[in-house]
Amino acid sequence: MDDPLLRLEDVTKDYGERVVTRVLHGISFTLSSGGFTALIGPSGSGKSTLLHLLGLLDRPTSGRILLRGCDTGELGQHALGRLRGRTIGFVFQFHHLLPAFTAVENVMMPILADRGRADDEMRDHAIGLLERVGLADRMHNRVTDLSGGQQQRVAVARALSMTPALVLADEPTGNLDTQSGDQVFALLRQFNREQGTAFLIVTHDPCLAARCDRIIELVDGRITSDRSGGDGQWDSASDRRDGRCGD
Amino acid sequence: MPFEWIVAIRYLREGRAQSLLILAGVAVGVGIIVFLSALISGLQVSLIDRTLGTQAHIVLRRPDEMPRPLLERDGPVAVTAHVERPAQRLRSILQWQQVLDSVERMPGVVALTPTVTGSAFARQGTANRAVLIRGVDPAGFLRIIDVGSKITAGRFDITGTDAVVGSELAAALGLTVGDKIRLSAPDDRSEVFTIRGIFDIGNKDANERWVFVSLRSGQTLLDLIGGVSTIEVKVADIFSAESIAQRLSARTGLEADSWMKTNTQLLVGLRSQNTSSYMIQLFVIIAVALGIASVLVVSVVQKSREIGILKAMGTPTRRIIRVFLIEGALVGLVGSVLGVALGAGLSLFFASLAKNPDGSPTFPVDLNLALFLRASIIATITGVVAAAAPAHRAARLDPVEVIRYG
Repeated sequence: MDDPLLRLEDVTKDYGERVVTRVLHGISFTLSSGGFTALIGPSGSGKSTLLHLLGLLDRPTSGRILLRGCDTGELGQHALGRLRGRTIGFVFQFHHLLPAFTAVENVMMPILADRGRADDEMRDHAIGLLERVGLADRMHNRVTDLSGGQQQRVAVARALSMTPALVLADEPTGNLDTQSGDQVFALLRQFNREQGTAFLIVTHDPCLAARCDRIIELVDGRITSDRSGGDGQWDSASDRRDGRCGD
Repeated sequence: MPFEWIVAIRYLREGRAQSLLILAGVAVGVGIIVFLSALISGLQVSLIDRTLGTQAHIVLRRPDEMPRPLLERDGPVAVTAHVERPAQRLRSILQWQQVLDSVERMPGVVALTPTVTGSAFARQGTANRAVLIRGVDPAGFLRIIDVGSKITAGRFDITGTDAVVGSELAAALGLTVGDKIRLSAPDDRSEVFTIRGIFDIGNKDANERWVFVSLRSGQTLLDLIGGVSTIEVKVADIFSAESIAQRLSARTGLEADSWMKTNTQLLVGLRSQNTSSYMIQLFVIIAVALGIASVLVVSVVQKSREIGILKAMGTPTRRIIRVFLIEGALVGLVGSVLGVALGAGLSLFFASLAKNPDGSPTFPVDLNLALFLRASIIATITGVVAAAAPAHRAARLDPVEVIRYG
């Protein structure tokens, strides 16, 4: 049987040196290629910590994280960075774009950082991505000149620029108005269906979660539920109007 | 263009005010270095020029006659209790033609000429002056000391019984070109010479005492027929004169005095001037380095979020380090170009402020490409070194911290 994309085996994470606080308690689950998963839970439940571990930005206190069967705990800092850059894309709550650069330069940046040198193919690839997120007319603008929704769409394009197997999104719509949020979410879904990119979306919007294929719920550093989501066909805006999915 | 350059240049352009400030800082620092170096080396060149305008780089002469103690035939017991040093008389260098050949073959020697030099009196009517006869071969001698260009009247012509005298002597004896003068050696040989030229080589003593005559006339007058008292040597690198002199002395057995030995005080002065100039330059470099480092540290702090994001995207740490090293190098390089222009402008302005009566600047400045290159290279290296600490600080940033709290 093929190795799953990402497997967590009894992962814990502690913070603090003198007073040790355990943030994650024995988390185990797998993410398969092409999955579209929501990670929900109240504030302080350890969602962001888990996301950082999944994103190989941080290392667990104990337990193993296997990326396609490869134990990431055995990799050095440099190799881990490389692996992260090539396999995992990030969409942060705050877009975290580089303000000194234009939209297209931001989208190119991960490839540029990986290969070290810019070329036309890279630029064409970035332009293609920006066209797909609907920003063809804004690609040469400084990102600071774009609206919040546009910035987040640039961030989505950037996360996808290395054609990663997995995209981790931390509250990607958290700071957007409903319409922009829906647009961004729809984009994620679109890339998931068209390219088979796996997504893990941290959110505390139950409506958004309900539109994912799978919902993992984290409470106090433990997984309390891991279930299938809705069919993803809901029209979020009308749901909200109907009060079926209130905040 | 490589990633590091793209990011470094963009960041420098982004932080315009900071970049301009630090560029100004580097420019002022480099400007001071260029100005100071130009001024000091200009003064030194002019001092050395003036010194070497009246003397050969190396002068070879026969060693002094030493007293030889009278020894017992059977052992090293001196017969006399006190041996007196003999008075030094003017003597010719033995086999000077061979010596000349041997000196000529010494590496570093570019010109040499035999001369006879000795004391005499110049008489004009009842006036009488002690002078120094310089019997020289004109073509050879002018390559050693360029009297030809220092002629104020007539020309440097010393064939037969023609002579060239200094301006002070001419004034004292009321001589003009075409006048006759009687030169008498201490042993009463004397000869009448015709003044063909008057020189002013910027040294009062030489202007007062030197009388140039032909080598042959000098030999006759000083009773050194066929002989020469000194061999004067010019070397390619003036600061190697002392070591060449020592080698010449060892090879020929003659006494060899370099200008460095006869001007020890001048050299000590130049050396301490250099030392203080280097000290000033060193502190300027340190100040510039601290300036660059502090601006880059601030820049790292300001950009810590972006650096964290770059790292989260998988940017290798060494690339991040390089971004800041390149920023430092660029600031150093661009600042030094501005600084070179500033320093050169300042030097030329300063040189134009005060002029000697003959139109030459009182403070001569020595501006050359080597100085500009040196200043630029120092500034660029300083920039890279100063960027090292901020760069490593950037490299240590933990992307998780930055993203979480950013």
